Order: sequence, then structure tokens, then C-alpha cells
Amino acid sequence: MPQPSDRLKKDFSRHFKERVIEAILFLAAFLSVFTTTAIVYILVKESWIFFQHVPLTDFLFDTQWTPLFDDAHYGIMVLLSGTITSSMVALLVAIPLGTIIAIYLSEFAPFSIREIAKPFLELLGGIPTIIYGYFALLFVTPLLQKVFPELPGFNLLSAGMVMGVMIIPYVASLSEDAMRAVPMALREGSYATGATRLQTALRVVVPAATSGIAAAYILGISRAVGETMILAVAAGMQPNLTFNPAEPGATITSFIVQVALGDLPHGSIGYQTIFAAGLTLMLLTLVFNLIGFYMRKKYREVY
Amino acid sequence: MIEINMQETQLPLKAEARNLSFFYGSFQALKNVNMPIYEKRVTSLIGPSGCGKSTYLRCFNRMHDLYPGNRYEGAIDFHPDHTDLLSPKVDPIEVRMRISMVFQKPNPFPKSIYENVAYGLRVRGESARSVIDDKVEAALRSAALWGEVKDRLNEQGANLSGGQQQRLCIARALATDPELMLFDEPTSALDPIATASIEELITELKEKVTILIVTHNMQQAARISDYTAYMYIGEMVEFGETDQVFIKPNKKETEDYITGRFG
Ligand SMILES: Nc1ncnc2c1ncn2[C@@H]1O[C@H](COP(=O)(O)OP(=O)(O)OP(=O)(O)O)[C@@H](O)[C@H]1O
Ligand SMILES: [Mg+2]
Repeated sequence: MPQPSDRLKKDFSRHFKERVIEAILFLAAFLSVFTTTAIVYILVKESWIFFQHVPLTDFLFDTQWTPLFDDAHYGIMVLLSGTITSSMVALLVAIPLGTIIAIYLSEFAPFSIREIAKPFLELLGGIPTIIYGYFALLFVTPLLQKVFPELPGFNLLSAGMVMGVMIIPYVASLSEDAMRAVPMALREGSYATGATRLQTALRVVVPAATSGIAAAYILGISRAVGETMILAVAAGMQPNLTFNPAEPGATITSFIVQVALGDLPHGSIGYQTIFAAGLTLMLLTLVFNLIGFYMRKKYREVY
Repeated sequence: MIEINMQETQLPLKAEARNLSFFYGSFQALKNVNMPIYEKRVTSLIGPSGCGKSTYLRCFNRMHDLYPGNRYEGAIDFHPDHTDLLSPKVDPIEVRMRISMVFQKPNPFPKSIYENVAYGLRVRGESARSVIDDKVEAALRSAALWGEVKDRLNEQGANLSGGQQQRLCIARALATDPELMLFDEPTSALDPIATASIEELITELKEKVTILIVTHNMQQAARISDYTAYMYIGEMVEFGETDQVFIKPNKKETEDYITGRFG
């Protein structure tokens, strides 16, 4: 008679423990979901207020961005052009270099070099971006000015280039993961036909890892689009509708810091603009992340 | 019997392993293997799992060079030019240009059926469309796949069935006119019907090319090969004509393995 009841008790306590653990896990998950939802809610709500004062067509098609002036204009295009220009420069640096590094590490580097290079790359990715920003402003810009003397002290070019350097580790590391996930059997198949290392890398491994590499690029793009400090420090924060990287410019992100740091009264339309800008930014990165997510899922399915 | 043996040993050789030893780091996987490979004949390698069949096969195309720490000793004399395939002076890529391989698991490239077969040609720098077209078709015909894929050459190789994929890999290995083809258990991942078609194919291929095949399936070795070698823990225990090895093996170990009395 005592035995079954003992068992029951044990069952109960085990059950109880499981319940507690479950509750903690649920709470943790709930908290992150809740935070995300709250952020989206606030962005949408505040943007809603903004769009009651500024028509959406003005926001999308106006060619000036002067929310803090008396004659206020709210053309997001101006900030978007800065974001796009600096991101393009960054990607022109990060995609070729990141891909080459990934191919080298995955297909050519001896084990010892890879073991050193991988953590080093990850370390590069951990440097606070403000440091990159000052590096762009105080080192790269003066260097560029030696070649192009008329380059202004603040410009999208040097900020974009340094941002590209910052993104290289992401692109290289994720692309390398994708290439290393390519089964050895495919490489052996290629070598067995008489292919060289380079032929195997470029004709078999890279195509087999395409969707993973594309996902790495997309994540690189969304890093570039969301980067703030480098641009705030080195690109000048002047709203400027231009696609010329040799000019200064503001991006969506650098505008947001600028306003958030300034002493605009809460509730003013000028203050409200940062939510509209933030929402735009979030939608932009969301799109890229979704594409990246979709591609990564696709490449996982291959093997 | 002896007379036939005499005659057969006068067959031209395609390759000959001489005192071949192989080391994975400090582990010796092959011990002093000596073995002839006769031209335009099928030679099969049998033996229990882990005895070194794949290791031996992969010496011929220097596949072991891909991984650090591997070491060959001895020689593989490759006819007619008497190249020592294992010599450090011989470029493994040159070796693989002459000796192709089909693997245990079909491994088509993530490319179209056409590009899979054309791969070896492109790697050799061939770019004339008409030449590639012809060779791709000829290889697919030899691999008994042409009829099934001729209308879908631009589809991905991975869309084919397992047996078709393996024939695609055979076509890929054939397209470059190899002198010797290595097969490492090419049917172990296939169903009986696909297996039968590959066996038939191998029997036909020996008109054109010398074949060395590893198999776990003794009936398969008996069906398709002219010569059989029995390996055990890195050593070549017995080599002879397939009929002789299966009907009247010289060594007790071989007999035990073939009759299933093996440990
Ligand atoms: N990369 C490697 N490193 C170290 N040892 C290895 C390696 N590959 C194989 N071996 C060892 O070498 C021996 C021969 O292996 P091998 O793969 O040639 O056997 P096999 O006869 O082909 O077996 P199976 O019939 O199972 O394919 C085994 O003892 C195996 O454990
Ligand atoms: Mg094997």
C-alpha cells in the first residue's frame, strides 16, 4: 500500500518541477516576444501620429528633409539616399573581400591558419562600431584626401568603406559556414575528374553553397542599412539627396541619433519624425532578414 | 586450367601495384600489396569491412593526397608509359585526368544533367560547344542514360532517381575517356533493378576501359569480374581469375570468407 502512494508523490514532485521549468522557459520566450511586439506597437503608434500631420505622399516623394526648420519638409528619400549610397559602398568592399576570404578559408587555408583566422574574424566583428567611425573620420578620410584633395572631411565614401570592413567578418564567416557545409563527397567528385583546387572551389563548392552565400550577403546588407555610429561620426549627418559617395550625407540611422540626442520637445512633430524614420528602417531590414532567412532555409534543405 | 592461366597472364597489364603500403598518419592500412590489373578486364576487390579496399582503390587516383597526414610507400606502375602513379614527382591532377572514379553514394554536382557530364571536359579547358555536345551524348549513351534524359538535359542532376544519378556519375566519369575506371561499391545504395542495370553497364564498359571495382556483394563480384582479389586487414590474401577464386580458392581464408564461414 505505501509503495504506490510513494510513487505518486514522486510523480507529483517531478511533475511540479517540470511545470516550474516550463513556466520559466515560457516567461523567457514571452518576454522577448513581448518586447518585440511592444517596439513595433510604439513605432506604429507614434508613426501614426506623424502621418496625421504629414501626408504619406509627402513622406515618400518630397525631395527635402528639413523637419527641424520652420519650412519643414519630410522627404524620407533624402535619408534613404544616404543609407543606400553608404550601403552600396560598404557592399562593394565587403562582398568581394568577404567572399574571397571565405573561399580561401574554406578551400585553401591549412587547418592551422583557419584555426587562427576564424576567431580573429569574429573578434573584428566585435569591435564597437564607434571605433570604426573614428577610424573612418581620422584615418581613412585624410588618406583619401591625399588622393582626392577636394573630398570633404565628412563623406559617405570613407564611412561606407569602413563600414564595409566592419561587415567583412559577417559575410566571410557566414559564407565560409555555407561552403564548409558542402559535403566532402562533392569535392571528391570534382577532384576525381581532374579538377584543380580553384576549379573545385569556384565551379562546385560555391555553386553548391549559393543560397547560404546569398544569405550571408543579405545579412551583410541589413547590417549596413542598420549601421549608425560610423555614419554619424564620419559622414556628416547633413541631409543630402545624393548618390555621390564623395559628398556628406545623413542616413536614416544617423538622423535618428541626431534627433534623439538633441533637445527637441517630446510630442513635437520634429520629434515624431524619428518614429516614422525608424519604422521605415525596420521595414527595410525586415525585408532583408526575411529574404536571408528564406535563403538559409533553402540551403539547409539541400543536404 | 594451368594452360588458361598461362594464357591469361600474358594479357597486357594496365597497372601493377608493387609493394604498396599506405598509412593514415601512423596507422598502416595497406601492407605490401602486390597486384596486377589487366587491361580491359574487370577486377573486383572483396573482403570484410575495414580491410582496406577503399583505401587501396583511392591510391590509384591519389585521392589520399586531399587529406593531410597520408603517406604512400611502394609504387603503382601504370602502363603503357610506366608512370609511377604514387611518385611525388607525378602531379595527382595528371593522374586523375587518366583515371576516373565512381563513388559509393551518387554525388552529382548541383548543376544540370548536361553540365554534370560536361564537367570533366570543361575542367580540361574544352570549350567548343559541338565537341562537348558530342561527348556528353556519347557518355550518356554509354552509361545507358541517354534515352531517359535526352529531353531534360537542362534539369538538375539531383532531380534524377538514385540509380539514374549513379549512371549520371558514371557518364561523368566516362566523358573524359579514362584509361582506368575505379568503382567503390557503386551499387550499395541502389535497389536490385538499378543494381542490375549498373552491373550490365560495367560488363559492357570493359570493351573500352579497364575497371577496378570494390564490392561487398560476392555474387556481384562473381557475375561481373574477370579477376578477383581478396583482401584482409590491409593485405592481399589472394588474387586470381574470378572462377578460380570462387570455385577453387588457394587459401583457406579466402574459402572461409566466400563460403560465409568467416568470423
Ligand atoms: N581517414 C582515415 N583515417 C584513419 N583511418 C582510416 C581512414 N579511413 C579509413 N581508415 C581505416 O583504414 C582501414 C581500411 O579502411 P577502408 O575504408 O579502406 O576499408 P574498406 O575495406 O573500404 O571497408 P568498407 O567495406 O567498410 O568500405 C580501416 O581500419 C579504417 O578504419
Ligand atoms: Mg570502403
